[in-house]
Amino acid sequence: MDRQSVMEQGLVETMAAPQLSPAARRRQLREKAIAGFVTLMAFTGIAALVLIIVFIAKEALGLFLDAHAREEASLSKMFLPQVTRAGRPASFVWQPVSSVPKVSMIPLFIGTLKTTLVSMLVAVPVGVAAALYAAEFAPRRLREIIKPVIELLAGIPSVVLGFFALMVLASFLRGDSAFDSRHTAGVAGLSMALAFLQFLSRLGPQRLRERLRPLSGLLAGLLAVALGTLVLMLLASGVPHVFSFTHRLNAVVAGLALALAIVPVIFTVSEDALTAVPWSYREASLALGATPWETAWKVVLPAAAPGILAACVLGFGRAIGETMIVLMASGNAAIVSANLGESVRTLSATIAAEMGEVVVGSPHYSLLFFIGVELFVFTFTLNLIASVWTKKVLKRLTGGAA
Amino acid sequence: MKHETRRRVGFALASLTGLAALLIVLMLAVILLDVVGGGAGHVTWQFLSQPPSDGMMGGGIFPALYGTAALTLLMTLAVMPVGVLTAIYLHEYAPPDSRMARWVRVAIVNLAGVPSIVFGLFGLGFFIHFVGGGLDRLLSHEELYWAQPGILWASLTLAVLTLPVVIISTEEALRAVPLDHRTASLALGATQSQTLARVVLPGALPGILTGAVLAISRGAGEVAPILFTGAAYFLPDLPSSLNSQFMHLGYHTYVLATQSPDVEATRPLLYATVLVLLMLTFALNLVAVIIRARTRRKAANAH
Repeated sequence: MDRQSVMEQGLVETMAAPQLSPAARRRQLREKAIAGFVTLMAFTGIAALVLIIVFIAKEALGLFLDAHAREEASLSKMFLPQVTRAGRPASFVWQPVSSVPKVSMIPLFIGTLKTTLVSMLVAVPVGVAAALYAAEFAPRRLREIIKPVIELLAGIPSVVLGFFALMVLASFLRGDSAFDSRHTAGVAGLSMALAFLQFLSRLGPQRLRERLRPLSGLLAGLLAVALGTLVLMLLASGVPHVFSFTHRLNAVVAGLALALAIVPVIFTVSEDALTAVPWSYREASLALGATPWETAWKVVLPAAAPGILAACVLGFGRAIGETMIVLMASGNAAIVSANLGESVRTLSATIAAEMGEVVVGSPHYSLLFFIGVELFVFTFTLNLIASVWTKKVLKRLTGGAA
Repeated sequence: MKHETRRRVGFALASLTGLAALLIVLMLAVILLDVVGGGAGHVTWQFLSQPPSDGMMGGGIFPALYGTAALTLLMTLAVMPVGVLTAIYLHEYAPPDSRMARWVRVAIVNLAGVPSIVFGLFGLGFFIHFVGGGLDRLLSHEELYWAQPGILWASLTLAVLTLPVVIISTEEALRAVPLDHRTASLALGATQSQTLARVVLPGALPGILTGAVLAISRGAGEVAPILFTGAAYFLPDLPSSLNSQFMHLGYHTYVLATQSPDVEATRPLLYATVLVLLMLTFALNLVAVIIRARTRRKAANAH
């Protein structure tokens, strides 16, 4: 890049010599015009971001300028407990369409926090562990399969994940799952047979071992899949007894589906951070007698820590803003409680569910745009933090050269 | 601890990370198996070629397919020129350490992180009320013509949403074109724009196509931005002009899954719709992955 631009500047200078033919001058003008046009187009990205901020803020501003709206949805009504009925203790209620609109945002914040919490609790350990496996332990060929497959998961539209949560996951977590003990026994038997074959291929008679050797990779893979299925099936019969959910659609169902949406983000960004750690770190650690696990855990992971934190922050931002999954799978009831088994209503789902029916310019309309402003500010801040941390990891690993 | 014990413990923990990777892959398999198992029997030619009937309890998804295709086509037409030119600016024209290039990059990274529902709000506030309202006043339409949800506004909203995808993949493609090609072309007397049009862009074409395919796949699956910028619950007619509303596969999935009066009766339709949507986005993603792998290999061989 540097070499090229220096060279280009040199080129322009030589061409700016006075004795130019009219054709050359015209050509030079055309070049300038093209460069100007390209530069102009590059402003679109900046313009889009600025327009998004300006227009969402503009529609939300009605909340603060219009006297009627200011009375109906003041900041104290949005964030402080309100006495909705005389004689009752003050509480947080979201009920924007009623004779006396109640516009407390607290139930929505709680809902967003609950679904996001569940998704992070699942997606961070799984995503980071999988990234560690792909970057440190997986054989090269397996890694080349795992990465695109997980990217494929990222390509599933969120409405499909919402559908899956609504139709399958919710029933599964309630215990209405389709398999019974016979299926479980079948899979258990299959796993045992595969394990036995695996055992034979390692410790069996010499001739059998040689015959099984070419299949050993396939056998190990099949065994892992069978064991994984078995664990899922056992979970399916055990989980509903552990959690007894109040509602079929709740924070856990929505959170698990959200986890499916953000795991690819966390995996990809973490994996990038881990592979950016120079090989010399690993070689030094192994040469000092550390095992591969100790190298990964105590050398590579700390070196990539800011990048992994950035991955988690990015995942967090995605989970806060994700709309279709929570709209379909969370039950959409604005309840103030700490129980994860109850329905929740999130900020994003509230916009999606209510925008279709509001009168343009009404306080409710401005209120929904105000929620949009909040979402924008949250995700913007999180992205900023993530990009600062990503830069930090790159700088540290390249010794400040980049 | 003895070295042997440490090795064993380490191996066990490393296997646990392998299980985490397996779990993700397995969940993908479960989703795919469920969708394919539930929908494969119902995706017939009739399903693909007929409009919904019996109050969404029967018929097919043709208007939704058509709407999705028209929407993504308009979106591609809008996003590709802008995205490709921005990437060309960033990689070919911007001087090193240019402040503007840095700002453009910051804007793109942040644009990629904006929640999709916020894009929907933006489309409503900017395209429909501001631009559409302005057009109506300018052209003095008596009733709402542009200032209402329609396929043009929805596709422009999606174009803004997919802009970062196109820019990032195009820039990657430009980076893969060796510097020598540019210097050789310039040394032969070609101007910068000639070099760009005849040397750099042809070399970067596969990567640019990847960007287009990824953008289409993303745009075809997003529902939140089109909820209030043009998607319709049910329309007997296909969209005929730029301001008409349209049916959409993703939105149709949402409608069938949440608004159906009889869940059991719509289940086969729902599964078949999801299967079509999923196959569409997967096919597009697969094409992108293949093109990208091929370009990377070529780039690796060239250096």
